Amino acid sequence: MIRFLASRLAFAAAVLLALSAFVFLLFFVAPGDPARLLTGEKATEAQVAQVRANLGLDRPIHEQYLTFLGRTMKGDLGFSYRNQQPVTRLIANRMPATISLGIGAILLWVGIGIPIGIMSARHPGSLRDRLGQGFILVGISFPTFVLGMASLYFLYFLPRQLGFTLFPGGGYKSFLSNPWIWAWHMVLPWTTLALASAAIYARLTRGEMLAVMGEDYIRTARAKGLSERKVVYKHGLRGILTPLTTQLGADIAAVLGGAIVTEQVYGLQGLGSLAVQAVGNQDRPIIIGVVLLAGLFIVVANIVVDLLYVLLDPRVR
Amino acid sequence: MSQSSSPDAAASPAAIVQRGSFELTLRRFAADKAGMLALGFIVLLVAFALGAGLIETWTGHSPVDQFRDTGLTPTGLPVGPGAEFLFGTDQLGRDVLVRLAYGARTSLVIGLVASLCASCIGITIGLIAGYVGGWTDVILGRAMDLVMSIPVLLCTLALVSVFGPSIMLSVAVIVFFSWTTIGRVIRGQVLSLREREFVQASRSLGAGPLSIMVVDILPNLTVPIIVYTTMMIPAGIVFEATLSFLGLGIVPPAPSWGGMLAEAAANSIYLVAWWLILIPGSVLLFTTLAFNILGDALRDALDPASRRRSRHNKSKGRQRKRGKEGRS
Repeated sequence: MIRFLASRLAFAAAVLLALSAFVFLLFFVAPGDPARLLTGEKATEAQVAQVRANLGLDRPIHEQYLTFLGRTMKGDLGFSYRNQQPVTRLIANRMPATISLGIGAILLWVGIGIPIGIMSARHPGSLRDRLGQGFILVGISFPTFVLGMASLYFLYFLPRQLGFTLFPGGGYKSFLSNPWIWAWHMVLPWTTLALASAAIYARLTRGEMLAVMGEDYIRTARAKGLSERKVVYKHGLRGILTPLTTQLGADIAAVLGGAIVTEQVYGLQGLGSLAVQAVGNQDRPIIIGVVLLAGLFIVVANIVVDLLYVLLDPRVR
Repeated sequence: MSQSSSPDAAASPAAIVQRGSFELTLRRFAADKAGMLALGFIVLLVAFALGAGLIETWTGHSPVDQFRDTGLTPTGLPVGPGAEFLFGTDQLGRDVLVRLAYGARTSLVIGLVASLCASCIGITIGLIAGYVGGWTDVILGRAMDLVMSIPVLLCTLALVSVFGPSIMLSVAVIVFFSWTTIGRVIRGQVLSLREREFVQASRSLGAGPLSIMVVDILPNLTVPIIVYTTMMIPAGIVFEATLSFLGLGIVPPAPSWGGMLAEAAANSIYLVAWWLILIPGSVLLFTTLAFNILGDALRDALDPASRRRSRHNKSKGRQRKRGKEGRS
């Protein structure tokens, strides 16, 4: 068990190290001089050199990488080239929108996807199954940004043209100031982000459920006279928890790293849109910070999932 | 979607016709209405893309020409679908139909090229990992884990911010992040195939590992290869469109579906010009839908057992479970 955990931790560290080396090298070999970007077009050569020395950009690359790594581990992600604010603060400012979006969307897709998958798997080949499969197909095929733009057009703009406001046209409102307004602004982003994942969860649940329902222990449960409902929800569902947990862990991490497309479409000031804006501004410390944070979420989620396996499935122990 | 009458039809008492496996597959596929419809759509789309030049000469509108007099209203707004512009014009007065056709070329070429490359890489690595096993398998498996745990879109953002957007970069990114799925599937299949008798027979006849992998095992992977490659095409198309939508893919003014939607979203112009989003949006949606349906139909036609497995799952469940454990 300890060996298992140690190997997982080592892998997590390897992922983070690889990711940090990747972004660092990427920006080191990149054309364009950050010192020049920072000082602006009008600065003299001496000023640029001064800034370069201040940033430590004149030192050898391995030295720069080690300093960068050391600072990052202490939680210092440097300063934005654009407005000199600490990257950690900029990221922290964007977290509420991303977290609001993520949590709501996850609840929604789990709440829609898993029941549809179970319904499909309980009656394979039936009309309900075909409806479920149709949902899966459409959900998987619908590009997120098309869905987002269509939702805005049909649910925000058309009603407004007809003289009433069904949903707002985007933007993030703080949860603390008014939870109702917050939720109202989040409904469209939640559904947009959730549809594709709901379809993926429905497909996963259906496939796993069909497999589990053929197991001997399910036959045993039926033979001892349990109601079909109990067989499905108590024994069947228990059997598919492991693959669902794996998927969910990865998805929570991915969403917290910034739902770039959804945030862009609805103008939510979250991590994803921070990264997109940073690309536009060539603001490298921010891009590095967001990528590393997303990587951190992913490895932490992986470790949590591995620990959950042990709780969920005694065979792993 | 009826599947019942396919193989048995061959054994009708009147005249017994011998049919090969290929013909039976074709018949099963032809009986799948949704699959045929999807194939029809894809054929039309390919014709549309190939005929982009024809459409250009027919309408007399090049994809980058800005028709400021005829293509924009006096107030400077796009013109809706009509006789002059079948699908309307965009905010610069360009013909949406012509741009859609050229965009179809971009999307299809990128989707096809990226998924072919990705599946070549995935097949090679999956074959090696599954057949050689041992440390090679551990290392390749970890490499796949590593690629899968990278935040895709964010890293693409970083790459684009350094190298600038381009078609090559889009294809490279799609390939790099999508070979792992098929790689895992192939690896799992090879794990069970390599223990089979025909592989042992081949080995006892003196065949080397490369020959066994290519001559004996690879032909047995045709079904997953075809199905997964088909399914990767829509993913590639959507990924390219998403990149272009975020301004990270095809460089304007070259037409691409994602770029057209991005331009429609900029300044929320699509709110007054519905055709700017509904036309490219639905073409994109129907394209991904068609490829996904085609993938399903191909799987059902090539491997009828898979459908029966998922329908009448008694006793087959354990087999599937075992196959899945090989994956993780």
